[in-house]
Amino acid sequence: MMEVLDRQTRDTSTAKAVLAVDGLDVDIRTPSGTVRVVGNVSFTAYQGQTLALLGESGCGKSMTAKAIAGLLDPVASVAGGTVQLEGRDLNSMSPRQRREVAGPGLGIVFQDALTALNPVYTVGTQLGEAFRIHRGMNKKQARAQAIELMRRVGIPEPEVRVSAYPHQFSGGMRQRILIAMAVALGPRLLIADEPTTALDVTVQAQIMELLRRLREEEDMAVVLITHDLAVVAEEADDVCIMYAGNVVESGPVATVFSTPTHPYTKGLLESVPTHAVRGDDLSSIPGSPPELKNIPAGCVYADRCPMAAAICREVRPELRPSGENQFSACHFSESLRADPATAPAGQAVASTQHEETP
Amino acid sequence: MSTNIAESTRHNVLEVQDLSKSFTVSAGSGGSRKLKALDGISLSVGKGETLGLVGESGCGKSTLARTLMMLETPDSGTVRFDGQDPFALKGKELLAWRRRVQMVFQDPFASLNARMTAGQIISEPFATHKDLHRGTAARSKRLNELLDLVGLRSTDAHKTPQEFSGGQRQRIGIARALALDPDLVILDEPVSALDLSVQAQVLNLLNELQQQLGVSYIFISHDLSVVRHVTDRVAVMYLGRIIESGVTEDVFDRPLHPYTAALMSASPKLDPAMRPAKRIVLNGELPSPLDPPSGCRFRTRCWKAQDICASLPPEAAGRNADGTVSLGIPAIGPGQSVHVAECHFPVSTPAEAGLVPAG
Repeated sequence: MMEVLDRQTRDTSTAKAVLAVDGLDVDIRTPSGTVRVVGNVSFTAYQGQTLALLGESGCGKSMTAKAIAGLLDPVASVAGGTVQLEGRDLNSMSPRQRREVAGPGLGIVFQDALTALNPVYTVGTQLGEAFRIHRGMNKKQARAQAIELMRRVGIPEPEVRVSAYPHQFSGGMRQRILIAMAVALGPRLLIADEPTTALDVTVQAQIMELLRRLREEEDMAVVLITHDLAVVAEEADDVCIMYAGNVVESGPVATVFSTPTHPYTKGLLESVPTHAVRGDDLSSIPGSPPELKNIPAGCVYADRCPMAAAICREVRPELRPSGENQFSACHFSESLRADPATAPAGQAVASTQHEETP
Repeated sequence: MSTNIAESTRHNVLEVQDLSKSFTVSAGSGGSRKLKALDGISLSVGKGETLGLVGESGCGKSTLARTLMMLETPDSGTVRFDGQDPFALKGKELLAWRRRVQMVFQDPFASLNARMTAGQIISEPFATHKDLHRGTAARSKRLNELLDLVGLRSTDAHKTPQEFSGGQRQRIGIARALALDPDLVILDEPVSALDLSVQAQVLNLLNELQQQLGVSYIFISHDLSVVRHVTDRVAVMYLGRIIESGVTEDVFDRPLHPYTAALMSASPKLDPAMRPAKRIVLNGELPSPLDPPSGCRFRTRCWKAQDICASLPPEAAGRNADGTVSLGIPAIGPGQSVHVAECHFPVSTPAEAGLVPAG
């Protein structure tokens, strides 16, 4: 019942890249024209490591995941860029080829386990499906595999529970079944899209523990999509912070969270009520994220940024190195890095807030 | 967890004693069963104070909020609001009481009528409470006051909810709750639907309003870092009962109940320096409230459970001034600020609670 939190420091130089996303664009067709919801997103996920995609709702993190997994809605489409799974470009494949490569090679866990599972089939049938389709097993063999999987993810009495329907499981158990389904064929890459958002704190800890254990056992790359900074801080090796469809900062979690080089990252970290005392004002980011229909032409964050200057409204900053393995899309990342104490984010934001709310 | 009513009602806005509520649940062909949603809840809220309610889904937080709003009738127990029992009130008195307790809901997208303007939503309470702010001029003056109070512009009154962002919508919900000048506002997960950057704005607003108006809050949330930041005292619920309560700092830093310890220990920490060396991860999930465990209701998931836990419901244990833990309520000190938990084997040190950081 006690678990020792032990962050193994991995040697990044020797780790193998499993997923390489380069310049990914995703468009959505709407009645009022095409909207770019993901723009020029690039990142790499390494074997045995966790990469976190962090951002607020509507920032395009789930859309990125769906584009990688080939699960985009019909109204959305990949408009550019490459997605390589172990060196093979998924976007240039035929649907059949894609199924052969990504079917066993890529697993995905969704946020809401109840809607992700089919209510009219037993979990055993749904867990065994992967084995029947990809391994050509018969029903009996697939059922045995399903029981084994359920045991692996910690579902009690799997021999009995294999014949139960999704609604007969609790929220945490359903999430375990979904995870079992995702790792059924030993994928190289596991995408977990807000896997614990719908769960309570004590169950969240169990699910995170399970994901960590499976990552070790399978030595797979994990892409963890979340809006929770604390989860990222504990679970991930690398982090990609997204805002309005763009990556604004990326790098190793420890570096990015201790020395952020983008004002948005800094603002987010300061919004967390960690050390604040009762009655203190939290510093907050004024305003709210832009609508994807009218994203500013310059820096996507310019409207809310305390450091915004004229250049920010005209030229969109490219993601460029801002530290060791760290990248930031900000014109002023150097000044943020050089002197984090005097960087205006904290103070300026807090005082703007005072004026806004009497 | 009894407090001396006669002594404390003077400064307490709300006083709840031994409140219970069951629902009848259909059990298929087997007839019906009783679900005890609240089982002997006692709590108090002082004037201008914020009480946090923490617990997992299904623990009875929302039923408690609904009962305090008089949306449910309790089976037994007493609710005293400034010494008055709201369930005994009728007619005009009841109407006058209702304006003193208001609620802010979790989802700012579902709790505002999309066909009304912000101004109509905020001034709708006056349609029921006709004697307040009589006349169009007085009403629109009050509306502007309220908009100003929550940081919206007076021109915003003519917009519909869908023209606002999530944070601004929650401001409308807060303005509506404050329209009748309540003494107590029940905040049911007020920021959990909001993004982090906007969440801080709303929390700051709530804090400023409390200082300005002296209103009391009951703050229901599952986000422990938020609860720690905004509450004076906190009550932890498990399966319909408050199993631990006390001053926020005490409960968070020196929890007595193993469940509280597990909650605090399991919540992810942003700061690596705060991360526990040994984290408590509970087994299993919340048992069905239809069939709660005998004795101590937490025993099925508790790592300290022994035979006695299954047979005997635990008495409240309190922390003495010198830091030692003893059974029963400590004799000295004001009843309401006492740190108590219901456990046979209370956690004695932060290390045992899995809260001591590594290194």
